[in-house]
Amino acid sequence: MDAAQATLAVPKERFGTHERWALAVTGFFIVVSASVYAANELYVYLVAYLWFGFIYGMCLQGGRFCFSSAFRDLFAVGVPRMVVGIVIACVLFGVTSAFVTATGMSAFHPATWGIHNVIAGAVFGVGMVVAGGCASSSLYKTGEGNMASALVILSISVTQAVFVAIRGWSNKLVPQSWHQAAVARGLPDAINAGDGWMDQYLAGYVWNQPKGTYADLLGAPNESFLGAFVGNFLLGVVVPAALLLGLVYLFWVRKGFLKKWKRDGKPGGLRADLAGFWGMVASSKRTAVAGLILGIAAGLHMYVMMGIRQKFGIENAAQILRAIGQDFGISVKNTVFDPGYWYVTTQEAQWVGWVFQKLGWNNMDNIFFGLNNGIPNPLWNPADWMSVALIGGACVMALVHNEFKFKVPSLEVATWAIIGGFFMGVGSRLGLGCNVGAFFVRTANGDFSGWLFGLGMVGGAYLGVKFFSWWTERKMAKEMAAAPDLQL
Amino acid sequence: MAMKFEKIGEGAYSLDVKGYVCPHPQLYTKSALSKIRPGDTLRLLFDNPSSGESIASMCDKNGDEILEQITDAGSFRWLIKKS
Repeated sequence: MDAAQATLAVPKERFGTHERWALAVTGFFIVVSASVYAANELYVYLVAYLWFGFIYGMCLQGGRFCFSSAFRDLFAVGVPRMVVGIVIACVLFGVTSAFVTATGMSAFHPATWGIHNVIAGAVFGVGMVVAGGCASSSLYKTGEGNMASALVILSISVTQAVFVAIRGWSNKLVPQSWHQAAVARGLPDAINAGDGWMDQYLAGYVWNQPKGTYADLLGAPNESFLGAFVGNFLLGVVVPAALLLGLVYLFWVRKGFLKKWKRDGKPGGLRADLAGFWGMVASSKRTAVAGLILGIAAGLHMYVMMGIRQKFGIENAAQILRAIGQDFGISVKNTVFDPGYWYVTTQEAQWVGWVFQKLGWNNMDNIFFGLNNGIPNPLWNPADWMSVALIGGACVMALVHNEFKFKVPSLEVATWAIIGGFFMGVGSRLGLGCNVGAFFVRTANGDFSGWLFGLGMVGGAYLGVKFFSWWTERKMAKEMAAAPDLQL
Repeated sequence: MAMKFEKIGEGAYSLDVKGYVCPHPQLYTKSALSKIRPGDTLRLLFDNPSSGESIASMCDKNGDEILEQITDAGSFRWLIKKS
């Protein structure tokens, strides 16, 4: 009997409490969308973020889509399903991004690249394994009722909001060259770039690193067909993705598959390897399908946001916030964080930054909040609408599949959540994004820094798995030593 | 909500990892399956949905048979026979 034949579900009403709650959550977002749109058509900008967030949440929960799981489960239990899912999502997002870029509708700008991407990825990678999920999966798991994941989000948010604003003692850790370069930038007077580790890291080091895309390697503009499709998509996404899948097949799947294949009396050779490779790709249909939808939705999201900007003649959501009378927390550049695509961690830092500001901490004199992203009221922050709706979409999906369960973490799980969230918070600020913003989006758009952050995440995940394997075996040994009938 | 691994009969074991998030359920299941003998069964209790996907793939890869999968309001009860 295989797993599918043995699957049982506890009988429940055809339209029971879970379905009613799912309908209520969906209804809430519909009512909010309709109400704000009726008040002012400019709100369609926030509503668009909201519904793409909702779709992301449904895909992530339905496909158990976790970037942390990709390399963690590969190293921990030899399961490649999530690597496959991520590769599918990257390829689909890559092709839709290429289309959006070639049509001049992309809001994407490449980040600088260098060793800092790898280091940031490694710190983030350790954190996501320790926390039990990456930044995006912590959001969707919160929608499943998992309060450990909510704690992870809180920890990521607080860590970032503090990390970007620390001054004083942190200056001792800043190289003199960073300090001089940061001061020489001549930023607006309201921004004190010569004080604080993060400001000097950004203005004194990160901004001085090169930027580049795979289109640049071909000497073609990103917006050209050659640059978007051949450079950024083919060279920047398809080739590395195929190499990655090939390596995973070779090192984690091939041996076991060929053993089974030969046991069934089938001949080896290329046909066997092709069957094994396809078996790996198709091993988790739900993850593969989620990756497919996620990739298309992420590309479409960029297209829609740029379309709305053009319709209203705006460049940044701050113009909308001013128009609706919500001008608190707008940066000195007259902007707020408004990526125009999927992002997770910056808006998490913002809502805590807003709370800190309300508690009396002047945190608008740093680059992250004061110059670039602002700290708008979370109720009107477009990116926050996306994250809240992501939780809602995941909640709906979990409810209709009978997988919603409100869980309060034990002390042990809560401790890992806080520690893991801390590392993810630091890693995401060092890398200017998380597994979504610094890896998924940048990789799919042909930015050199994307795969570098990914490389770091792999290394960090490996270290995290090594630690947890030791921890698990230690606890298992204790459990067995305490029970006489477990002396196996 | 601590992890509990116990013998519940001749050749039958139980692993309760309810309350744990990834990667704990996967790692404890891998460890428990490595401790019991071929033909023994492991009753696995967990409530982290994403762990299920990885555990099913792990069992498939190792040839362990999942005899039963019961889902009830976010809790999962699986019966796994070690190959």
